[in-house]
Amino acid sequence: MKHYEVTFIVDPVLSGDEIKATEQVYESMLKDAGYGITHVDEMGLRQLAYPINRRSSGIYYCVEFSGETGEIVNKLELALRRDERIMRFLTISLDKYGVKYNDDKRNGLIGKVQTKAKKDSKSSGAKPSAPAPTPKPTPAPKPAPAPVKKAEPVASSEEE
Amino acid sequence: MASRDDIKFLSNPNIGKERKKYCRFKKFGIKHIDYKDPDFLLQFINEQGKILPRRITGTSLKYQKKVAVAVKRSRHLAILPYVADLLK
Repeated sequence: MKHYEVTFIVDPVLSGDEIKATEQVYESMLKDAGYGITHVDEMGLRQLAYPINRRSSGIYYCVEFSGETGEIVNKLELALRRDERIMRFLTISLDKYGVKYNDDKRNGLIGKVQTKAKKDSKSSGAKPSAPAPTPKPTPAPKPAPAPVKKAEPVASSEEE
Repeated sequence: MASRDDIKFLSNPNIGKERKKYCRFKKFGIKHIDYKDPDFLLQFINEQGKILPRRITGTSLKYQKKVAVAVKRSRHLAILPYVADLLK
């Protein structure tokens, strides 16, 4: 039994129905080939870290599936590559820890609990030194650099 | 009269001491690094989006490799930037 996970970014310009239809195409493709779909994660509209095809946002989908062989992956990737509605895709094979991680995440064991614990452990180290002052100084320095930044180009332009 | 516990230092003796680095994956038992979680991966990259070396984060070699793969995967999916300025 092999486990895979394919994440793809759908063009946000499409209408809601078209986006769902796009996702359905690949889900049914996997089902028809006899693969079991463990979970479909709709991550929704997200800002891209850098523009792709002149789009600054995209709709993320993550489909986790499993089967006896990985033959479908080539077909699936070919279809994704040919599809104009798909901006990016990534297929990875999951090891046993990956499968467990996804299971735990679905059951709410990871994500909120673990990150909170981590953040708490980290912030607790930093907090005693400055719990209250942190919110106060942050707004203050922000306005300060802005005028400097603005002033610099002006000054440089004057010099030029 | 004054026991050893009563001795007080003028300055905190722990200042200047280097805290021992540790691998957080080994310590907390994290086996899988999710490439779809930018908040977590942000701890392993610098402001420019470069992957931080092991000597700074303290990650063990086994997990540093996994961190690197996860960061590269999320860069491909535009979850993290390839190049950035003032990321943090």
